Amino acid sequence: MNEPKLIPMPQTVVTAPKMDAVPSGDAQPAQTRLAAPSVIRQFLNQKSSGRVPDGLFGGLMLICALSIFVIVLLIVFVLVRDSRLSLHAFGFKFFTGTVWDPVSGDFGALPFIYGTVVSSLLAVAMSVPLALLVAIFVLEICPQFLRGPISFLTELLAAIPSVVYGLWGVFVLVPIIRDQVGPVLEKYLGWTGFFAEPNFGVSIFTASVILAIMIFPVISSISRDVMKVVPPSQREAALALGATRWEMIRISVLRNSRIGIVGSVILGLGRALGETMAVTMVIGNHPDMMKNLFAPGYTLASVIANEFTEATGDLYLSALIEIGLALFLVTIVVNAIARLLVWAVTRGNAARAH
Amino acid sequence: MNFKAISAAALAAVLTAGTMTATAQHLTGAGATFPNPIYSRWFSEYSAAHPGVQINYQSVGSGAGIRQVSEKTVDFGASDGPMSDEQLAASKVKLVHVPTVLGAVVPVYNIPGAKTALKFAPDVIADIYLGKITKWNDPRIVKDNPGVSLPDHQILPVYRSDGSGTTYIFTDFLSKVSPAFASTIGKNTSVRWPLGIGQKGNEGVAGMVRNSPFSFGYVELIYAKANNMEYGYVRNAAGKWLQASTDGVTAAAAGAAKNMPADYRVSITNAPGADAYPISSFTWLLIPIKSDDPAKGKVIKDFLTWMLDKGEAEANQMTYAPLPKSVIEMERKTIATIQ
Repeated sequence: MNEPKLIPMPQTVVTAPKMDAVPSGDAQPAQTRLAAPSVIRQFLNQKSSGRVPDGLFGGLMLICALSIFVIVLLIVFVLVRDSRLSLHAFGFKFFTGTVWDPVSGDFGALPFIYGTVVSSLLAVAMSVPLALLVAIFVLEICPQFLRGPISFLTELLAAIPSVVYGLWGVFVLVPIIRDQVGPVLEKYLGWTGFFAEPNFGVSIFTASVILAIMIFPVISSISRDVMKVVPPSQREAALALGATRWEMIRISVLRNSRIGIVGSVILGLGRALGETMAVTMVIGNHPDMMKNLFAPGYTLASVIANEFTEATGDLYLSALIEIGLALFLVTIVVNAIARLLVWAVTRGNAARAH
Repeated sequence: MNFKAISAAALAAVLTAGTMTATAQHLTGAGATFPNPIYSRWFSEYSAAHPGVQINYQSVGSGAGIRQVSEKTVDFGASDGPMSDEQLAASKVKLVHVPTVLGAVVPVYNIPGAKTALKFAPDVIADIYLGKITKWNDPRIVKDNPGVSLPDHQILPVYRSDGSGTTYIFTDFLSKVSPAFASTIGKNTSVRWPLGIGQKGNEGVAGMVRNSPFSFGYVELIYAKANNMEYGYVRNAAGKWLQASTDGVTAAAAGAAKNMPADYRVSITNAPGADAYPISSFTWLLIPIKSDDPAKGKVIKDFLTWMLDKGEAEANQMTYAPLPKSVIEMERKTIATIQ
């Protein structure tokens, strides 16, 4: 966008400096080699010296980029340092233990890891199809007058604080899932074992539904923006070759923006893994690992929020900080798996149309 | 001319501010959330009566309060449960427990169509949370509630998911009345509940019980009263059925006061006495016996005396149970030793 504007300007203004610059002998070979940009280069040189700001800017960017490493390392350092008591007492068993008993001082994180991973993956599974379909609809099919309101409401969902989602979950969603959705799912999908009595309304399933709604705007608006930058020529080419509208969306839009879409899903997943308040209010806070999704569960973030303030005793506190470390590791592992999947899917077939 | 006048005024302002801060005392305390409403009121009234004294209380939870006062990051702490011997030994400053007011925990439940308040024997409550009593029409519940038709429906136990003094008092009581509860669950601010659903805060438990038919939970007396919730009767150590009231709680403290240890670290759950409500507890301020800054120690001492003289009288109207007379007299002697 900016470059076409810049080019005509130097041509009119910079003719004189060019004449001056020619006699200075050393610059000659360089200028002949870079024949085309020389006019612009000289114009820019006249405005300011390129070297110093370039170096400064480069350095600044390097510092910013490296600060990410520093921040992550600091987080890991503090988590490991403050959980060393628990690391020492339980070792790796901490991540496989199923008992969380502050009275006897026996701590295991597996039920919390289970709750975190299951509720987040379920939320992503529910949210991705909805979010993608909304994004495609808004971009490709939606009549102009609906486009604004839908986009606006999608972004509004992202701005609602999580405690409000939690309250809405407790007062609206919990009764609906207990009295309306639950019985239907039990009747038709009860044979899978995922939906069984007793269903009290607060459960891993309810938490997943809340999370799905919370991550929907992230996935939907980012993937919409990614699809928007697919060049119109791609769409027109597909249509010109006789593709139907769905084929055009599949071949040119989804195909070209799939990495960006996966990126939006990973962002949504990250939010789901770390969400605390809304989940705590509807998940039931009982550290169990049940196949039944209507059973209460517990997440890593929730147990920290619940128990940190009243944790007495060094080992207890240390175990809670190690829960933080576990959450950190779970996030890294889940993200790594997601990236591996992307790599496996996109490797080597970027140019193919289907 | 003008500038001079302004600068003179500014200088005067700075000087007076300087002398103000020289005499002003800023104290910081941290700890239990349960007594926060009455502590806030006490501290603001005390500040109003004693210009220059500012007491700032942060209700960050008993555990954090114990940690912060032990580390000397605050001038005093507050806790709903007494500190353990190890915690006292680990503290960087020698602390004394000062009981301030009393609280109680009440059983709440939701049975659609139930008209009269139900009665729960202590062992029945323990067995509901242990999963040994699973139905509302269990013979042991029916036996204590003659004439009430109880449904053949599963009980949903609800507990506090966040660490809390309420859970400490409740599990302390259940551990005393049920050996099975003491050995499998025990007492703490958070415990390992074998079944049920956890909700955050009194409001979370109350909301869950209100919205879930056939559930059973426990909340603080103050919360239940403030929200006009109906709560059950509990049988006390003397065998009398009692619905919680501030009088019953003070009676429990009076019953326990006869053999009150010198450091006040005493549990008054299941206390003796015909009128003693069994699920009651003191809440304590954790005061350094000797403050680093003698001026602060003097303010704390003065405040505690004020609390016993004036503050206790306000407890009842805020639905906290006041200390019994015998404990107040005992505390005066303890306060005299604070420096």
